[in-house]
Amino acid sequence: MTELAPPSQDAMAVVRAQNLGLTFSTNDGDVIALSDVNLTINKGEFVSFIGPSGCGKTTFLRTIADLEQPTSGTLTVNGTTPSDARLNRAYGYVFQAPALYPWRTIAQNVALPLEIMGLADKAERIARTLELVNLTGFENKYPWQLSGGMQQRASIARALSFDADLLLMDEPFGALDEIVRDHLNSELLKLWARTRKTIAFVTHSIPEAVYLSTKIVVMSPRPGRVTDIIESDLPAERPLDIRETPEFLRLAARVRDGLRAGHSYEE
Amino acid sequence: MQQLLAGKTAPILIVLLAIGLFWYAAAIWMNAPWQTTLNQRAGLENVSATEFIGQTWSQDKPVLPAPHQVAGEIWNATVGTDIASKRSLAYHASITLSATLLGFALGTLLGIGLAVVIVHNDASERSLMPWIIASQTIPILAIAPMVVVGLGAVGVTGLLPKALISMYLSFFPVVVGMVKGLRTPEAIQLDLMHTYSATPWQVFSKLRWPASIPFLFASMKVGVAISLIGAVVGELSNNAGGGLGVRLLTGSYNGQTIQIWAALFIAAALAAVLVIAVGAAEKLANRAMGVRA
Amino acid sequence: MSATTNTGLSRLQLWLALGAGAVSVLGLALALVAGDAPVHLLAFLLLGTATLLRLRLPVPLWIDGLLMLMGAIALLLTLPLFVAEPSYFWLALLACWAFAWLFVERLSQAIRTRQLSGRVFGLLIPVLFGVALLFIWEVVTRGANVPQVLLPAPSQIWTRLLASVPTLVADFQQTFLKAVLAGYAMGCGAGFIVAILVDRSPFLKRGLLPIGNFVSALPIIGIAPIMVMWFGFDWQSKAAVVVAMTFFPMLVNTVAGLNQASSIERDLMRTYAASYSQTLLKLRLPAAAPFIFNALKINSTLALIGAIVAEFFGTPIVGMGFRISTEVGKLNIDLVWAEIAVAAVAGSAFYGVIALIERAVTFWHPSVRGGRA
Repeated sequence: MTELAPPSQDAMAVVRAQNLGLTFSTNDGDVIALSDVNLTINKGEFVSFIGPSGCGKTTFLRTIADLEQPTSGTLTVNGTTPSDARLNRAYGYVFQAPALYPWRTIAQNVALPLEIMGLADKAERIARTLELVNLTGFENKYPWQLSGGMQQRASIARALSFDADLLLMDEPFGALDEIVRDHLNSELLKLWARTRKTIAFVTHSIPEAVYLSTKIVVMSPRPGRVTDIIESDLPAERPLDIRETPEFLRLAARVRDGLRAGHSYEE
Repeated sequence: MQQLLAGKTAPILIVLLAIGLFWYAAAIWMNAPWQTTLNQRAGLENVSATEFIGQTWSQDKPVLPAPHQVAGEIWNATVGTDIASKRSLAYHASITLSATLLGFALGTLLGIGLAVVIVHNDASERSLMPWIIASQTIPILAIAPMVVVGLGAVGVTGLLPKALISMYLSFFPVVVGMVKGLRTPEAIQLDLMHTYSATPWQVFSKLRWPASIPFLFASMKVGVAISLIGAVVGELSNNAGGGLGVRLLTGSYNGQTIQIWAALFIAAALAAVLVIAVGAAEKLANRAMGVRA
Repeated sequence: MSATTNTGLSRLQLWLALGAGAVSVLGLALALVAGDAPVHLLAFLLLGTATLLRLRLPVPLWIDGLLMLMGAIALLLTLPLFVAEPSYFWLALLACWAFAWLFVERLSQAIRTRQLSGRVFGLLIPVLFGVALLFIWEVVTRGANVPQVLLPAPSQIWTRLLASVPTLVADFQQTFLKAVLAGYAMGCGAGFIVAILVDRSPFLKRGLLPIGNFVSALPIIGIAPIMVMWFGFDWQSKAAVVVAMTFFPMLVNTVAGLNQASSIERDLMRTYAASYSQTLLKLRLPAAAPFIFNALKINSTLALIGAIVAEFFGTPIVGMGFRISTEVGKLNIDLVWAEIAVAAVAGSAFYGVIALIERAVTFWHPSVRGGRA
């Protein structure tokens, strides 16, 4: 897999996984969700995880978030255990569904983590993060009065509101249609450029992964493992039509090859 | 052990055991004052603690009979007594059961019939549905004595008045459940039938009715339980007819607490048997319709 | 949809119209032969006969409504004139009923085809049905001289109700204000608290819930005689029955409601490192609100039933259940009905208040949102 990052970069590492493994025991026997994952996510990177379902990409993200416990290997987040990182509120998590509370307005939903963490200047944070996701003016709407894309943007604002430097996104645009998804992808890139956050992004769309990322982690199932790590050489400035350039298509082809290689033994 | 605790059986048994222990303890506590008086009257002194506890668990008319006393009474009044005798709990239970079943059957039929009419005719839905829902908010059981006495005055006695109360109680959940059930087929399924030029009867028998079966059984479970309540309450107003309600009433007049508890437990067992029977019928119907259990 | 003829009526409506007209003809003939029919009834039957003209020219639905109203008034005016009502009287009642049905059929058709506003006239239909039921009850009980012990007429019940207001108020205070409200508050409160405690222990949840579900289906009302022995004849024993009846539905519903929050919503709270009480207050209780209100609504009915039936087993000489059981014995059925009317109004009002609070609190829930649109 990847060679260990040189010591000089250690201070830059936000997430470091070494020989990480996770096995679920179910009634039908053990399922190896992650096996021997070695990976470093550096500060400011935009890392995508791509692979077919069951490859462990979501499990890996949940392990970083301390929602699952690894069964072997080590994992550090900001140099501490995932559990301490969670207690330090080190990351914001965006789920597959918006999971906005229907009894709260958009502003109150964004305020939810602020209330729980006891943070001050709520009004200012709400206004700032809603502006980041272009939802200014919708503060007093209820989630069910908004479209799916707007709901997911509100859930991103909620993850940003407490200024964690790490953003974990689990197929946040998976349930949206192609047009909305393109739009939100370019917005997300702008947001990343403005905030310089570290983003870990799970997807099953090759164009999405190539378009967004500085680093693409290709994974494959049974057992869940990393098969390829691709550093993107696309420029930082990425208009939507970059997806027709040869560089983009070359990267996409490499990702597709990686996915196919991981699959080949199945048949 | 781990596996047992993870399931449902062990926790239920442990909770039941705890309830039983609590019951015995409560029986000591609640019967103690009267037992002390009794012992003083009899001039008994220096009763040992174990003896005293034994006494509280074997009074004639205890405030709270111990579980074994209730169990003994149930045994004596069912297995130990001739079934035809008026002292047999089995005899009284059978009276209540027949009123319950008759009322339940009538109520279910009425409920299904009304639901079919409501689903197919929107004038009757608009007229009936608000009243059916509103009538669930009023204490219908209060009319039970009046139905029994009123019908008795014009010569209708026996099973029928009680069954009518049961019917009245049990048809509500069936109507509401069946209206919902007959409406479950989605627009595309109805459109499909439309493309086949199906007659209304075919739409009903091949789509609406099968789709409503799960709702029918769910409401029948509720209906059968309140049918029993209706029958028992109906019996409270007619001491002559017999039944578990009458046992409750006479027990309450004579302070026969053990008798009350025994009747109560038989009624509970009856409710359980009825609900389980409907559940079993549901499973059979599901299997016949190819639903995986 | 349904087969329509050139009269603009569906098949069912056509049959109703023909039936109403035919019965009017028959009634008119019998009335003329008998010769003792009052003018207003004759006028109604005559106009009813005239509606058969609708086979030639369309009759607006309001005419049917007007005929229904006119028939009802004519019947009420005729009622005191005879000791035993003549056969044309009953035919007129039949015609009046057919016109009412036809009117409602055509009204709901007009609402369905959006010729009339469903918001206004949709409300008219159930009201009309309720009034019609009362009317038929009145006319049949008085017209056919139904024995009062079997079913008194609504007017009789109303007179009795007005005459016995002090008794009814005293009964209401004893049963509703004391036993029902106290028992309801204690039973629901205890069920809620126990549910929150049980929720922390998966073991207890697995052990208690099936038992709670089972007990909910039992005739708990049967413990009334025991409670009367334990807590005396006054309202405390009734409140105890109400507590026992309302406890389990609340317990079962609250525990189920606390499990309503989705796993994503819970994971979200976990990523915030939220404490148990924060998760409970900010997520799980709001998510459980629809279930809790469901229990509150079920219990509002159960509480009233419990208190009334418990009074059958012994009370001081006041209370709704006491009144019902003793007056039934004295065959004062009209007073019993008056008491039941009070109970019905109290029960519906109790339920309605809780339903209103539910709408305000769970405005976000799809079932409430859909109801508004």
